[in-house]
Amino acid sequence: MSRSHQLRKLHGRTMEALCLLAALAAVAPLFAFLWHLVSMGAGALNPALFTQLPLPPGEVGGGLKNAILGTLLVVGTATVVGIPVGVGAAVYMTEFARPRMAATLRFACDVLSGVPSIVMGLLAFQVMVRPMHHFSALSGALALAFIMLPVVVITTQEMLHLVPHSLREAGHALGIPAWRIASSISMRAAAPGILTGAILSVSRIAGETAPMLFTAFGNPFLSLDPKAPIATLPHTIFTYAISPYDDWHRLAWGGALILVLGILGATLLSRFILWWHQRGLNA
Amino acid sequence: MTSRTLVRTALTVLLLAPAAFAQTVNLSGAGSTFIYPLASKWFNEYNKLHPQIQINYQSIGSGGGIRQFSQDRTVDFGETDGPMTDQQLKESKVQPVVHLPMALGGVVPVYNLRVGGLRFSGETLADIYLGKIVMWDDPAIAKDNPGVKLPSDPITVVHRADGSGTTYTWVDYLSKVSGAFKQKVGVGTSVTWPVGLGGKGNEGVAGLVKQTPGAIGYVELIYALQTKIACAPVKNAAGEFVNASLASVSAAAATANIPADYRVSITNAPGKAVYPISTFTWLLATPSMQDAKKKKALHDFLVWAVTKGQGYSEGLGYAPLPKNLVQRELKDIGKLK
Amino acid sequence: MDAPAIETPEMTPPSLVLQILPEGIRRWRSTGRGADRLFRLVTGMCAAAVAGLLLIVILFMVKGSLPAIRDHGLGFVLSPDWDPTNQKYGALTFLFGTAYTSLIGMAIALPLGVLTAVALVEILPRGLAKAISLAVELLAAIPSVLLGLWGIFELVPLVRSFEIAIYRSPLGFRKLPIFSGAPLGVGFLAAGLLLAIMALPFILSVSREVLLQVPTAQREAAYALGATRWQAIRKFILPYSWKGIFGAGLLGLARVLGETMAVTMVIGNTPQIKASLFASGYTLASVIANEFTEAPSDLAISALISLGLILLVLTVLLNAAARLMLIYLNRRMGTQGAK
Repeated sequence: MSRSHQLRKLHGRTMEALCLLAALAAVAPLFAFLWHLVSMGAGALNPALFTQLPLPPGEVGGGLKNAILGTLLVVGTATVVGIPVGVGAAVYMTEFARPRMAATLRFACDVLSGVPSIVMGLLAFQVMVRPMHHFSALSGALALAFIMLPVVVITTQEMLHLVPHSLREAGHALGIPAWRIASSISMRAAAPGILTGAILSVSRIAGETAPMLFTAFGNPFLSLDPKAPIATLPHTIFTYAISPYDDWHRLAWGGALILVLGILGATLLSRFILWWHQRGLNA
Repeated sequence: MTSRTLVRTALTVLLLAPAAFAQTVNLSGAGSTFIYPLASKWFNEYNKLHPQIQINYQSIGSGGGIRQFSQDRTVDFGETDGPMTDQQLKESKVQPVVHLPMALGGVVPVYNLRVGGLRFSGETLADIYLGKIVMWDDPAIAKDNPGVKLPSDPITVVHRADGSGTTYTWVDYLSKVSGAFKQKVGVGTSVTWPVGLGGKGNEGVAGLVKQTPGAIGYVELIYALQTKIACAPVKNAAGEFVNASLASVSAAAATANIPADYRVSITNAPGKAVYPISTFTWLLATPSMQDAKKKKALHDFLVWAVTKGQGYSEGLGYAPLPKNLVQRELKDIGKLK
Repeated sequence: MDAPAIETPEMTPPSLVLQILPEGIRRWRSTGRGADRLFRLVTGMCAAAVAGLLLIVILFMVKGSLPAIRDHGLGFVLSPDWDPTNQKYGALTFLFGTAYTSLIGMAIALPLGVLTAVALVEILPRGLAKAISLAVELLAAIPSVLLGLWGIFELVPLVRSFEIAIYRSPLGFRKLPIFSGAPLGVGFLAAGLLLAIMALPFILSVSREVLLQVPTAQREAAYALGATRWQAIRKFILPYSWKGIFGAGLLGLARVLGETMAVTMVIGNTPQIKASLFASGYTLASVIANEFTEAPSDLAISALISLGLILLVLTVLLNAAARLMLIYLNRRMGTQGAK
């Protein structure tokens, strides 16, 4: 009895150790990645990275100015389209739609959020690039808007659900019209959450590469023309990563560091907003 | 409130941007990665001379260049190292299509091995790419390289994953020297490879060979020079092992009888000094271009490229176009105006 | 990729009512009834746009695929050919590559994720558990292309040295079909490892939730019976959760199926069906990424869109199945919790 108890205990300890080992293995890739990123990327960070255009292949030097501005423009345009539509849809689903309709729409969003980004790129190619006969910044932004839309709806809806029902009921009792309850009560109460969701969805599309291959297409010059092809940071990193040039590898790591700082910064910012908001409420 | 300001700023940028860049002529082209280093240099230099003209070139491979130009019409010009076939010309939604030779280059076998100084015959290369030769110490490779101590390592074949004029030139040559290769693989910008890894573009192939010990691949000469991957001389039709160079590639072009539409293959050309895997690389344009500003910009650029632009060829490992050919081309470029 | 789970702010209704209601009333007084209708209309159109997007993506993917389907018939799906020179296309090699790499990814990520979740929920102190969750969540935020970049320069050389060790091993491992072939570094194994890294955050976060939902009574009952901690986990907690974990697996799988960039960068881009972990291959998503702009003909474009359609159908089905399952489980848990 006591022997089997000992064995059981030993077995339990081993398995627990295995779980801890798994936890260690789960965080290892992040640190391996970050370590490599910082050690490779830090050396590439210099003013030229932000102020210069890329040079022809094989020449040493140059920067990613076009790609950095390009990403800002494409992601910015996608955000301008994606966030209002997404928030609007979420408001409709939580505030006005019948439960059945809301559930169906929510299901559609869940499914949409699982559609691979490359498929959304194919869609943008078919609805925009092909008919217009031009790769363009706009088509890239459209693909990104497609990708971010379900994400915005889902997060916004979750935030709106957190607004207590009593609040809406109080509004109804006072005879406030439904749209006012939605816009001035629910949305206001959920605003920090919605903002957080928006930031997260922006950081999610900022690193999208696959759809850019056949929409934004790339451009070695600085172009701000929405109808012309444009460079984006992730696409440029891809091109440079698979190239044989050491200097392009250096630029790729520099670009990667910028992108990660942006994305992790946004993620932490969104957490901060929530924390700050919570603190304000509790105070 | 902040989001409203953000929206307003973004909208302003969006609406003003086209106006601010209205004077810029934005030409876009796509295709060959073979000519990418030279083309990219040209567009960069030309932009310095004419800041209002931006020529955006994406090296997506010749197959893609032909398609994007002639079928989807998403670019203003294409670049290819394998001329369009008669059928492609017939099916083109852009009519007429003009082929303009822009430069001459050589496709070279590159390898990543502990020993250097290798050389290859066409038959050996064909058998490696057919998967018949799988080890570096194969007797056929040993026969091409007497006195070299070859390691007993497996060969990793690297080819293009995309539609490619470099591939076209490579398989065009291998099909000429090996019946088995012609039968099993054939000639085209995208072919079905019996073995090997796929790299995206000349850049991708060079990158893969550089990263993979025991690899062999094929790239435009400049990619081997720039990245310092070992490249090998190839045995020509006269039985000589010749390195790709300005002289040997030009020698291949000198043997050719260039037809009026410039579509000509110069692989496996006769002559002792000839590099056997040489090719012209062509720009695809059309006189039926709609936008008058773009049309003029492209015309002016082409005139510059076949004359002054040729000065950049040599430094990048390409051979400049023969003088008499340039004279002929200028007449055809004139028709694009 | 879903947005990483957001921590829900705990709201205190009374203070909110005081903050917001007066403002609502003030604004309402200045507006009429028409505004109500307009607001509904505008938000309703937004909702319609979302539903429309799902229809449009299905519609266009089917429409784009038609030429290839017309030319090749449905045999397209099971044909192993991919021969642009002779205009023959088939999806089988890419389906295989997608399935194989996803399988490798899941085979690593699922046990790792579940064991980690157990460690986080049952073993580790809360603070450390929270830090680990955060780190893994951040992992989910790293774009695929950057993992691919890291893959090319760090993971692939690592995998290659492992493969060389196997290749040179005196025990003759390389005679085994799954270890056969030259040590390339790039290939199914490298791609599978990257997919495992990408699936992990999903599996972990869902499994963690599932474990957290196990009623405390269940745990207490186990300890009351004198079980060791591991026995409690093994016999009382995991059995209660395995359906939810299966749902997590489905979600993770749906996520990795369409993963493009990282895989494209390390898989070797060779359309072939090989059992070896070390062989290079090609997946549905990566062939689209590589060949779409450079496809030589309309038929090739259509064939690539068909591959996209297959990907769409697979991910939609898997997502739908996983969501339905999680909804069902939540409902069941809810009723049990109420008892």
